[in-house]
Amino acid sequence: MARSSTAAPIADTIPVPRKIPVALIVNGEETALNVAPWTTLLDALRDHLGLTGTKKGCDHGQCGACTVLVDGRRINSCLTLAVMHDGAKVTTIEGLATDGALHPLQQAFIDHDAFQCGYCTPGQICSAAGLIAEGKAKSADDIRELMSGNICRCGAYPHIVAAIQQAMGRS
Amino acid sequence: MINFQYARASDVADAVRQIAADPTAKFIAGGTNLIDLMKEDVERPSRLIDISRLPLNAIEETAEGGLRIGALVPNSDLAYHPLIEQHYPMLASAILAGASAQLRNMASTGGNLLQRTRCYYFYDIATPCNKRVPGSGCSAIKGLNRIHAILGASEYCIATHPSDMCVALAALDAKVHVAGPAGERVIAFADFHRLPGDTPQFDTNLQPNEIVTAVELPPQGFAANYTYLKIRDRLSYAFALVSVAAALELEGDMIKEARLALGGVAHKPWRDTAAEAALRGQAATETAFVHAADLLLRDARGYEHNSFKIGLAHRGIVRALAQAAQGTPQSQSNKKIQ
Repeated sequence: MARSSTAAPIADTIPVPRKIPVALIVNGEETALNVAPWTTLLDALRDHLGLTGTKKGCDHGQCGACTVLVDGRRINSCLTLAVMHDGAKVTTIEGLATDGALHPLQQAFIDHDAFQCGYCTPGQICSAAGLIAEGKAKSADDIRELMSGNICRCGAYPHIVAAIQQAMGRS
Repeated sequence: MINFQYARASDVADAVRQIAADPTAKFIAGGTNLIDLMKEDVERPSRLIDISRLPLNAIEETAEGGLRIGALVPNSDLAYHPLIEQHYPMLASAILAGASAQLRNMASTGGNLLQRTRCYYFYDIATPCNKRVPGSGCSAIKGLNRIHAILGASEYCIATHPSDMCVALAALDAKVHVAGPAGERVIAFADFHRLPGDTPQFDTNLQPNEIVTAVELPPQGFAANYTYLKIRDRLSYAFALVSVAAALELEGDMIKEARLALGGVAHKPWRDTAAEAALRGQAATETAFVHAADLLLRDARGYEHNSFKIGLAHRGIVRALAQAAQGTPQSQSNKKIQ
């Protein structure tokens, strides 16, 4: 979309940068990419690696649909650059199941009908995996608070909390 | 987002060299605010200098009995660090009141200090904004200003500083360690952020060629009597309309030392030493709390949509001081205000 701006047209004076090699270990597989500096980790996953399970919602860190685990920690993949994560281990929704068996969180989301449209679900599940690994949530209040970075516009929140409680009980 | 170059800094000296050599470059660490602003074309750096791998991620005890927090310590690691939870729980509480778990995992300590206002007009490049384009005017003063400042604003800018963590750091009397071409210096927290005046494009007194290396906490952490009370439009993951960091050192019922800082009300975390002085030596009663709130808000001024914040801040101060005095800090999970 064209926009007016009073800021200096810096971009016109900058040479187009070369693509930068980035090695990522995505869902256990070593991958080698060449990306422009401005490629977000989200776009690298979706557009370069074809892993479209991670969703682009707001693209501004406000909705959590892009949540993935980087070196075991949940982050918003839309607000970080792929080039900053050379050597990192990235886990997406595609990497949670093992040997064809659903991850306990995936099964719990099915058991509790914890979604309607499903668009936020990969981010919800990756975020919940991070929450369980952090080990700070002790109550439903804690789960609600620590999952507040994941928006569900269908309003499946009560079932999402129940699903996470089920998975916490098993892990 | 515009075209930009990317480079890594190999150490702090290299980072300073690179930023000094290119006035259109910016550091990137967690990136949570900068990348968002770049996507909006508000920030247009020609070069990003990646400092995220520099060895500035330690939390160490100082010789004075305080703590030195590396500038790259993620917000979540800081909030959950045993020494912070035990000795500086007000800081932990303030951090956990802000952002989301994902953002706290990404955002750095130094970056939290340097995050920019969430004024709608600052974010919207189609509108005038003196902070974004000096001299273009302030759209908020006569526009939608529900979230804007009630203290210390100017005719040029009525934006607020968005941080929760910084409100606790202001109350705790932290210091900011920075490095630049001339060496290192230490900035008192109260002097780190600035009021807008006629140059709202400058959020802080950090020089363009300097880098934040650490935040230092003095020994006194007010672990027994503190609270961080954050009031916002939804219960989580929203910026403060008003937040209050309150900390007391009590001798029996008497206030020996008091700290009081507000977020969401000014261009910087608003600590008022006059209100603190008025509490010192007084009994910890509602009368004293109301007097402190009166004092802190003596020069408060509302605009068309945010005058409610003055009353909200007054009640928030009184409630926060009561929570601190009772030793019943605000929970950041169960949001019921006791």
